[in-house]
Amino acid sequence: MAKVLVVTSGKGGVGKTTSTAALGAALAQTGQTVVVVDFDVGLRNLDIVMGAERRVVFDMINVIQGEARLTQALIRDKRIETLSILPASQTRDKDALTSEGVAQIIAELREKFEWVICDSPAGIERGATLAMHHADVAVIVTNPEVSSVRDSDRIIGLLDSKTEMAKRGERIEKHLLLTRYDAARAARGDMLKTEDVLEILSIPLLGIIPESAEVLRASNLGTPVVLSNPDAAPARAYVDAARRLMGQHVAMVVPGEKKSFMTKLFGRRVA
Amino acid sequence: MAFVLSPDAPLRDWLAELDAQIERSASFFAGRPIVVDLSSLPQSDPDLDTLFDALRARGIRVIGAEGTDGLTPAIQSLGGPLIGGRPLGLYEVPDDPPEEPVRPDPTSMVLDTPVRSGQTIVFPPGDLTVNGSVASGAEIMAGGSIHVYGTLRGRAIAGVTGNPQARIFCSKLDAELISIDGLYMTADDMDSFRGKSIHARLTGSSIIITEIK
Repeated sequence: MAKVLVVTSGKGGVGKTTSTAALGAALAQTGQTVVVVDFDVGLRNLDIVMGAERRVVFDMINVIQGEARLTQALIRDKRIETLSILPASQTRDKDALTSEGVAQIIAELREKFEWVICDSPAGIERGATLAMHHADVAVIVTNPEVSSVRDSDRIIGLLDSKTEMAKRGERIEKHLLLTRYDAARAARGDMLKTEDVLEILSIPLLGIIPESAEVLRASNLGTPVVLSNPDAAPARAYVDAARRLMGQHVAMVVPGEKKSFMTKLFGRRVA
Repeated sequence: MAFVLSPDAPLRDWLAELDAQIERSASFFAGRPIVVDLSSLPQSDPDLDTLFDALRARGIRVIGAEGTDGLTPAIQSLGGPLIGGRPLGLYEVPDDPPEEPVRPDPTSMVLDTPVRSGQTIVFPPGDLTVNGSVASGAEIMAGGSIHVYGTLRGRAIAGVTGNPQARIFCSKLDAELISIDGLYMTADDMDSFRGKSIHARLTGSSIIITEIK
């Protein structure tokens, strides 16, 4: 059974697109068929992060308006055979997304892939509500920071009231992905602690992605971080999160805990 | 005195009409002795034998039949046709629909999910209980008291329909605003109670907060 997953947050710049690319690549690496879908019509980014920006011929809006078939718009990833991307249009705006068109595309993708990962635009307007509308599972990307947490809370409220599942009276499965987590700043109390975020949002934790230059580098390279540097801490955290999405039990690693042990050993000499 | 039913052909239609009548006045036939007048029916109606069973199935107690000389097994089982008797005119069955159990409107509401930022919950008839937290940017309003078994981070407005007796209880106070009967208090005025279990009530024209220990 295909699963439709929405990566959403409310707030911009917290790492939705990076997380979509990384989770998509990590799931596809296990041999499952995955499509990542960009819903940010007018401000598309997923194609760049996936390194497919020069391969876009047709996009989702072309498919909705009947100018191209879905198979023509899908771009297969060059590194992982089971990974595809459906780009958004850069020249149109979000009004070009119709709910019938989106429903049709999601239904077709459900037949072709095991995972349909929708990269939601920021905000709570049309693009974001359509991206979450057909989802079975939601990953809420949150930074350990008050404004991001409140926006996530707002999004969770919408997931519980505005989605297809909510309208059927079912509860959508929700997971928290804490990104840009800086262990040192958390220790100093400059950032919200993980347990504070969990207490406020009261949804299960999918993973903690440490703040890392590796993530920025991967995004500029056009390679999901799990492929560009599989040994880096954020890459491992994304792989673990993907395995949890598949229902596997993986112990949670809080970034910095290991490092703090190392700094205990070596840090004193420096200080 | 017995009531007389006068079936006419076709019997199926007449029974449907009877059902409609029973629907309107459910208790009318209960316990009443009924005589069936068969004079408007053709004596050879093949449904005649099933008529009595159909009536009994509807809870109608048939004590006899008149207006017939037929000696079908069904009429024989009643001891043959009745003779004599004096009609007293038509009787209109009074409308007496089955009584709907009267359920009073609920005066309290319980939520088992956290109230998320941007959501507004309004319950004017009475008390509102939230079994979870109320997020920053969320708003809950009740005509009566408000109980929050979790952290109250948003706004809680009690006694919105003009009730100075309304109160606010929460297991952890971190509210943006609380209000009772139109009087309000903002976060700055509650600093000393932040993070505590509290109980807020109205005394005169001020909101009094006490810690619950």
